[in-house]
Amino acid sequence: MSQTNTDKATGESASGGGWFSRFDLVALLLEGRAFLGLIVIIVVFSWLSPNYFNVDNLLTMTSHVAIFGLLGMGMLLVILTGGIDLSVGSTLGLCGVMTGFFIHGVDLGSVTLYPALWVVVILVCCVGALVGLINGVLVAYFRVPSFVATLGSLYAVRGVALLMTGGLTYNNLDGEKALGNTGLSWLGFNSLFKIPVGILIMIAVAVVLIVMLNRTPFGRWLYATGGNARAARLSGVPTSRVTVLVFVMSGICAAIAGLVLTSELTSAGPTAGTTYELTAIATVVIGGAALAGGVGNIRGTLLGAFVIGFLSDGLVIVGVSNYWQMVFTGVVIVFAVLLNSIEYKGGRKAG
Amino acid sequence: MSAQAKHAERGAAILSARDVRKHYGGVKALKGVDFDIYPGTVTTLFGENGAGKSTLMKILSGVEQPTEGQIVLDGEPVRFASTVDARERGISIIHQELSLAPNLSVRDNIFMGRELVRNGSVDYAEEARQAAALMAELEEDIDPLTPVGELRVGQQQIVEIARSLSVNSRILIMDEPTSALSATEVEVLFKVIRDLTSRSVALVYISHHLEEALEITDYAVVLRDGSMTAKAERSEIDLPWIVRKMVGENFDLGTPPTGYEFGDVALSIESVSVADVSVAGRSAVDKLSLDVQAGEIVCIYGLMGAGRTELLEAVAGGSPLSGGRVLLNGRNISGLSIAQRIEAGLCLVPEDRQRDGLVQTMTVGRNLSLASIGSFVRGMLLSRRAENDLVNDAIRDVTVKTDGPHAMIGSLSGGNQQKVVIGKMLTTQPKVILLDEPSRGIDIGAKAEVFRLLAERAKQGTAVVYSTSEVNECLSIAHRIVVMGRGRIVAEFGPDVPKEQIMAASGESAAA
Ligand SMILES: Nc1ncnc2c1ncn2[C@@H]1O[C@H](COP(=O)(O)OP(=O)(O)OP(=O)(O)O)[C@@H](O)[C@H]1O
Ligand SMILES: [Mg+2]
Repeated sequence: MSQTNTDKATGESASGGGWFSRFDLVALLLEGRAFLGLIVIIVVFSWLSPNYFNVDNLLTMTSHVAIFGLLGMGMLLVILTGGIDLSVGSTLGLCGVMTGFFIHGVDLGSVTLYPALWVVVILVCCVGALVGLINGVLVAYFRVPSFVATLGSLYAVRGVALLMTGGLTYNNLDGEKALGNTGLSWLGFNSLFKIPVGILIMIAVAVVLIVMLNRTPFGRWLYATGGNARAARLSGVPTSRVTVLVFVMSGICAAIAGLVLTSELTSAGPTAGTTYELTAIATVVIGGAALAGGVGNIRGTLLGAFVIGFLSDGLVIVGVSNYWQMVFTGVVIVFAVLLNSIEYKGGRKAG
Repeated sequence: MSAQAKHAERGAAILSARDVRKHYGGVKALKGVDFDIYPGTVTTLFGENGAGKSTLMKILSGVEQPTEGQIVLDGEPVRFASTVDARERGISIIHQELSLAPNLSVRDNIFMGRELVRNGSVDYAEEARQAAALMAELEEDIDPLTPVGELRVGQQQIVEIARSLSVNSRILIMDEPTSALSATEVEVLFKVIRDLTSRSVALVYISHHLEEALEITDYAVVLRDGSMTAKAERSEIDLPWIVRKMVGENFDLGTPPTGYEFGDVALSIESVSVADVSVAGRSAVDKLSLDVQAGEIVCIYGLMGAGRTELLEAVAGGSPLSGGRVLLNGRNISGLSIAQRIEAGLCLVPEDRQRDGLVQTMTVGRNLSLASIGSFVRGMLLSRRAENDLVNDAIRDVTVKTDGPHAMIGSLSGGNQQKVVIGKMLTTQPKVILLDEPSRGIDIGAKAEVFRLLAERAKQGTAVVYSTSEVNECLSIAHRIVVMGRGRIVAEFGPDVPKEQIMAASGESAAA
């Protein structure tokens, strides 16, 4: 039972006798459009380049997808409540820098503390959560529009990352055996059962969020808040708390993405993740979510992440110039939203 | 006199529907309807919630296209490409659900989409002048520059009416234009309607206030389940006839439930004040005190703007008190959140269903269960089975006409959406339930059903506070009638009071 409007079309068709076939087909096309897009992308690029559809390249591509997917899922939560989070790219950058900072040791004057990797992971997630908390409180309790609040943190957080490093990059993030803080590269390079750890993390986060959205009161509150915050509040939904938590979760997702990216790059630069907030929005939108809130799901966003990741890597592999890559990506996003608006026209009518 | 002769007398139909069918997926909203509108007459369309009235009107005004059948305008078959197309041919419509932009002013809403242009720019002065003239015609004291979002629902409805009047159309369709209007405002509207018919404008009127509709009707048509079941001249019909044709039997709204003792005071409102949001320094509710016992049904009667909505919303926790306190079974709940109040057993059915009652992106089922999520959590997860049981019970209890719990809320007829809002709150098993004009847009059968449900709950010990601007409703449900005016209680009556007395107390002329 998902929350999309296509559900309605299928619901109707189930009881619709003669209309069954037509409605089902339309619903299927709309629901599956991101999936179809993905298949088209894979087929076209496999045909254009023999290097596209092989194990090595698929692994590279999925590790990119993991980053977009993680950011996108956090973004989806915010968008479902009718807000937007422009700070995820900067948060990702700051969290990467923080990772480097902690691994290189925290200087406490007399001693230098080297936290174990799991402690680093927790601390970095807390940093992401903190950024989200600030965003959320600004939006929910100080009534700053989310666009403005997170635009502010887009700049401020990036600034903090640059200040911390003086614009430089942390290299050598392997840690030392003697200090007990090794293992970061495991996140980005290793695989379990031949699947890269990055993508497994993405799947784990996705499973948690799917359960949260569909099976917990909080998930229901989130959809209700995005659909009509006033009505939700009058029905006893703690809409302010929902808003704060959603930004916190988005911050944590960005932190996890930051950890994975840092590990993949084996370096932490303060400018990592610049403009990734836009990619994240694109994955959500391609996945069929409505920017107005209340409509969208994790499955769609993940598909969106695959579409964006497989498309941009494919363009690189077939040797399309950087400039054309941007043009193609733009066209795909607009096309996806176009399909979206067709869906809404058919699906929503006042009674 | 034969039907043929009558038609001849009235002149040719200006707009007709011929065997019109409309299907939404599997739902057959209209099953072959013939419908005629004549110049200079008011044709009233009666029918239960979900009978297809709004659908038929949407088709006649170009909002929707018929699945099958024909529209005939001035004897010629036509197809309206859009509402603008229909408007240009002289047809305009007041929709059941308000369609105003809350951030724009009254003036801008009235002229939205057809701004008066002079020398290449919008002539705001002229627009404001015309808007003010319309407000004067409707005898409403509204500044044309006020943002619509700041107006009461009733005033918004007036703006909606003014907008359709400003077009000077030949055919004017009004889909429940009076659901939020006071009796005086309705009188003014009727004066305007009579004026229009004398200028041979053709009107279609839809309302669930049957007595009121009868007053203005020339010609009545009854729809039932998507088919036309009866049509007749005003002179041939009366109220029982309409009800019989609408629902197949005669309905009596009944009398207040008796035969049991009230319990202790369940809700105690102690000198509560609420600030007026639109006028700084003024109080919408002024040191009002009211006690309601368990099992008692209290009606709060008053004109629009008497402060009823503000009072109920503040008691339910939707807006802050500026003074006083609220006790639930002796416990001070003034500091609790809305969720905590619902948990404690106090809930509100809000007045404006689109803005405050429904989550439009959700299904019927999820709207119904939204206020009682806590009751179907097992462990940390929602139990689908428990939720389905709850939702199905609610759909049955308040008789929602729907495809099923998975239908989107927007696919329901207006009255059925209203039933969902009521059902949602009844499902929370409240000890005190506040209802703000809950009968807006529900048909007479459903109203009787809601009254029956409330009476049943009252017998089980629920305290009911019911706000209404219809005297008849007070008389058929209330144990006690409280009249509010200017934020205070101005009079209190028992159940056997003549309605003229109630209306006089509220400062309303007993004309209606
Ligand atoms: N967009 C839609 N999708 C699916 N079903 C719809 C849609 N619009 C209307 N219906 C169905 O068509 C039927 C007729 O609805 P309509 O709104 O015309 O009723 P109505 O007579 O105006 O009722 P009310 O008095 O409650 O306003 C209802 O069963 C409704 O559920
Ligand atoms: Mg209707």
